Amino acid sequence: MMDVLSPLISLGRTSISALQELGRMGIFFAVAVRQIFVRPWEFGLILQQLRFVGARSVIVIAVAGAFVGMVVALQFYDVLVRFGSVSLLGSAVGWSLVRELGPVITALIVIGRAGSATCAEIGIMRTDNQIDALECMAVDPYRYLIFPRLVAFLIAVPLLTAVFNVVGIFGGWFVSVAVFRVSQGAYFQSMADTVLLNDLVMGIVKSVVFSVLIAWICTGKGFLMHLNQGMVFGAEGVSRATTDAVVAASISVLFADYIVSAIML
Amino acid sequence: MPSKSAQEDDTVVLNAEGLSSAYGDRGVLHDVSLSVAKGEIFVIMGASGSGKTTLLRHLIGLSMPSSGEVTLLGKRLSTINKDELYELRKHIGVAFQGGALINSMSVIENVELPLRQHTALDNSTIRIMSRMKLDMMSLDDAENLMPAQLSGGMLKRAGLARAVVMDPHLLFFDEPSAGLDPVTSAELDELIIGLRNALRMTVVVVTHELESALKIADRIMVLDEGRIVALGTVDEITQSADPRVQSMLHRQVRARRPGDEAYLDHLTETDEP
Repeated sequence: MMDVLSPLISLGRTSISALQELGRMGIFFAVAVRQIFVRPWEFGLILQQLRFVGARSVIVIAVAGAFVGMVVALQFYDVLVRFGSVSLLGSAVGWSLVRELGPVITALIVIGRAGSATCAEIGIMRTDNQIDALECMAVDPYRYLIFPRLVAFLIAVPLLTAVFNVVGIFGGWFVSVAVFRVSQGAYFQSMADTVLLNDLVMGIVKSVVFSVLIAWICTGKGFLMHLNQGMVFGAEGVSRATTDAVVAASISVLFADYIVSAIML
Repeated sequence: MPSKSAQEDDTVVLNAEGLSSAYGDRGVLHDVSLSVAKGEIFVIMGASGSGKTTLLRHLIGLSMPSSGEVTLLGKRLSTINKDELYELRKHIGVAFQGGALINSMSVIENVELPLRQHTALDNSTIRIMSRMKLDMMSLDDAENLMPAQLSGGMLKRAGLARAVVMDPHLLFFDEPSAGLDPVTSAELDELIIGLRNALRMTVVVVTHELESALKIADRIMVLDEGRIVALGTVDEITQSADPRVQSMLHRQVRARRPGDEAYLDHLTETDEP
């Protein structure tokens, strides 16, 4: 009898703990967002986080943007040349970067670089009682730790996306104009004709949504690591929480990408 | 000579009534009550797993007991909201076992943090006040070091400096001597006594170190498996007839051998529910 029921029992347990975690993360997010109304804002810490999440990611984002722009141009050239419409290359590169690849790849790089580090840092602060110590000093960790990171991701991710797009467009320019001898005027004119404000707005909406998802999941997983079932403390707990955060954030970004596209197209 | 019992100074700064607590099905604390008077050094003693850290977390409002009530500086923790709790915590200091310094900030920045957050003092005053506390802990050379560069004893002292920088009425200290060599540990004991004598601070210490407890305490509470085994002055504890207290005093292995049948059951136990 037990054997028949055991898959059901474990299914039930898994669902309950997943729901519990979702609930905890939801409350966490609500409390973190509510800090908008709590003064004083820690501007110093926001700047410090902006430097970490934003400024220090610029090079990586730019290099990635260049290669993505180049490969997109390469792939589209191969397709468009068969239809004799290489003059649309600029439009193809611009569209795919601004609407899709820019926000998504930037988000994935930010998760890998800053998101994982943020989760590990907060997880270590949790295991080392540093968060309890803040509580005991009457310093609200949501205001002091979480909110500045939320703001930093919210500002940095859209800006990094913009850097990615610009560098990507020039990467595409290099392959189209310098390698395949597409006319420079055609490259930029077709881009200007087809990439409209709507497309830019879609890209910005995506990067804002992604930034919130990344900040929420990466800080939350670290902050709540002591509550998650089966979580072990110490180094292993932090590494598990970080892996979880990276996986969950990446999947959420890709899922949200589909949802936003479906709504806005 | 400072007062040796709660009766001599009847201003109670910390009171706990019937605290019980559990992790899942496992009971951690069972009906624990205590009362700490102003200016007293109160030591909570117990082996690892006796529930003493859980008790400490309840006393400072970091977690709520499943039943019972804590009254801290006259405020009942179960009835106050978060803002009131934070207001209350400005008057208590907590020194954590490993120091719990924020690892992205230097030692002096850590000590300054409570002053920067809760006072409108200017930078130079904050720096001076923090340096005074660091000097008190003989950490004057370490102010610009990062927490990762400190030894265990220095971390504890830096944590203590941060805990007392606001001159709290009540100081909690988790395991002051755990993991330290005897000399450093004795120095910390002296510091605790000094804080009480110089600043009339009430101190609650959680420890498993018998020697240190006997040296600093006015009163000792002995916890075992979440229950109070003994509570009294140092003399009362050392003269206690309770076998568990005696075994602790003489560092004997606790006799916990189950009956033959229970032991056989334990050996043949399987994981099936």
